[in-house]
Amino acid sequence: MHKRRLVLLAVLAVVSVAAFLTLGLRGNLAFVLQIRAVKLLALVQVSVSVALSTVLFQTVTANRILTPSIMGLDALYLFGQALLVFLLGGLGYAAIGGGWKFAAEVLIMIVLAAVLLRPLLTARLDMSLLLLTGVTIGLLFRSLTQLLFRLLDPNAFAVVQTASFANFNALRADLTIIGSIVTFATAVVCWHHRHRLDVVALGREAALGLGIDWSRTATLLLLMVALLVAVSTALVGPVSFLGLLVAALAERVLGTSRHAVILPAAALVAIILLVGGQAIFQHLLGSAATLGVVIEFAGGIAFLLLLYLGSRT
Amino acid sequence: MIRIEDLNLAHGGTPVLRDINLTIDRGGIIALVGPNGAGKSSLLSLIARLRPLQTGRIFIDGLPVTTTPGRELARRMAILRQDGVFAGRLTVRELVSLGRFPHNQGRSTPQDRARVEEALVQFGVADLAERFLETLSGGQRQRALVAMTFCQGTDYLLLDEPLNNLDMFHARHLMQSLRRMADEEARTAIIVLHDINQAAAYADRIIAMRDGRIASDGTPGEVLTVDTLAAVFGYRMQVTAAAGRPLVLHHL
Repeated sequence: MHKRRLVLLAVLAVVSVAAFLTLGLRGNLAFVLQIRAVKLLALVQVSVSVALSTVLFQTVTANRILTPSIMGLDALYLFGQALLVFLLGGLGYAAIGGGWKFAAEVLIMIVLAAVLLRPLLTARLDMSLLLLTGVTIGLLFRSLTQLLFRLLDPNAFAVVQTASFANFNALRADLTIIGSIVTFATAVVCWHHRHRLDVVALGREAALGLGIDWSRTATLLLLMVALLVAVSTALVGPVSFLGLLVAALAERVLGTSRHAVILPAAALVAIILLVGGQAIFQHLLGSAATLGVVIEFAGGIAFLLLLYLGSRT
Repeated sequence: MIRIEDLNLAHGGTPVLRDINLTIDRGGIIALVGPNGAGKSSLLSLIARLRPLQTGRIFIDGLPVTTTPGRELARRMAILRQDGVFAGRLTVRELVSLGRFPHNQGRSTPQDRARVEEALVQFGVADLAERFLETLSGGQRQRALVAMTFCQGTDYLLLDEPLNNLDMFHARHLMQSLRRMADEEARTAIIVLHDINQAAAYADRIIAMRDGRIASDGTPGEVLTVDTLAAVFGYRMQVTAAAGRPLVLHHL
């Protein structure tokens, strides 16, 4: 049953990719396809990264309603953007070299995650303490960002606003490729550990009883989450809205939490939503809204529908 | 053999366990009894390395629990805790299969699957095998957890109040399964019990704890006396005998 549904998801994902690449194709084909391919790679990279980071985070915290954004990483990203615009002005911000900015953003976000992880490395893992720290740090950065917003002039504010939403239209091919390599390498590591993840999902004590070296495994998993979130946020901006939806949808559709099934399923659902959504968004809606809004709208309806159908059977 | 030497544990300055020295030989049922807060569960979680040791040493078959790799220990010792909370959707069969993880790292062989089926049947959850854990009653879930712990196939089983939520039929059945396991396979169950008569009927050895110390240690006949029980639980209760075993009328 799982295999059939996974194949179905894979077919839908391929259809989405095909639609994205071919819908409304005209003009210089090679040129258009090259641009679309880079964009597709970024979309797939972000899909995989959002899906995996959310599933991993929910597994290690043994909580189905958390997303990695609770660690405050995207709040830090937004604060960084606001601070840069504040210091350099809108034009100065636009002039910074993309490569260095990307590397610095990834590095800073991972360092923050590592600092958050320190209590976990030194003492016995206390998940609630870790989450509380994350929430507080997120709140701090959000408040600082709000403060900067008040100090910015309207033009600069508009620049920050644009940076606050995931943006797939100004991608650099080289950074997209680097980000994708990091993400797909992490995905391979996840897949390798899929059985171990099933045990981790049972919680600290049960996992220890089954021979998992908990603090090492949990630290590794949280660092992987941080890496995934950092890379995709630095590449396109905050996309955390998608994670919860994707993880819950995958679990609903497949009816299991086994990672051998749920990891690929969540990634496929994310690709369907993001790539398919982008295709619809570009060609049917004429780019008239934000992709995030489209996905949250469509995905939210799908989720409610599944809940409704699920409660009847 | 489990060896515990000079074990002390304090929680925020309050001593929880004091100067515990114990040797538990292989084979048999060992019941830990005592009032709330006596340190039974703490002792069990220290043996199962769920908490770090503060002072003292614990060895499982000569292997120190602090430095031995978790996987090595998980093949010798299984633990069932009081409160298993699971996020996500797992069927009973999937849960029980995870008991084989220390042996197969998730790649189950036909032998593993056979053992899973055996455990499902043994604890009466075979007809619930495809049900999700979240749809089960407390007692059914407890039986699934017990099946998973048995499925781990270890020489030592540490069970923290396994009779919680179980009705009389299944409580008796679990104790009989433990008894059979101890007699036929020389495996060892260390089990925290609140029902003192279950301990009286099935245990080979009863360790009574109070205030973090071992108050009494011996066969049911030796421990379950009016004076010892009064010293441990703080009130005098009648002790009679039934079917050749002590019977404590603790409720009167």
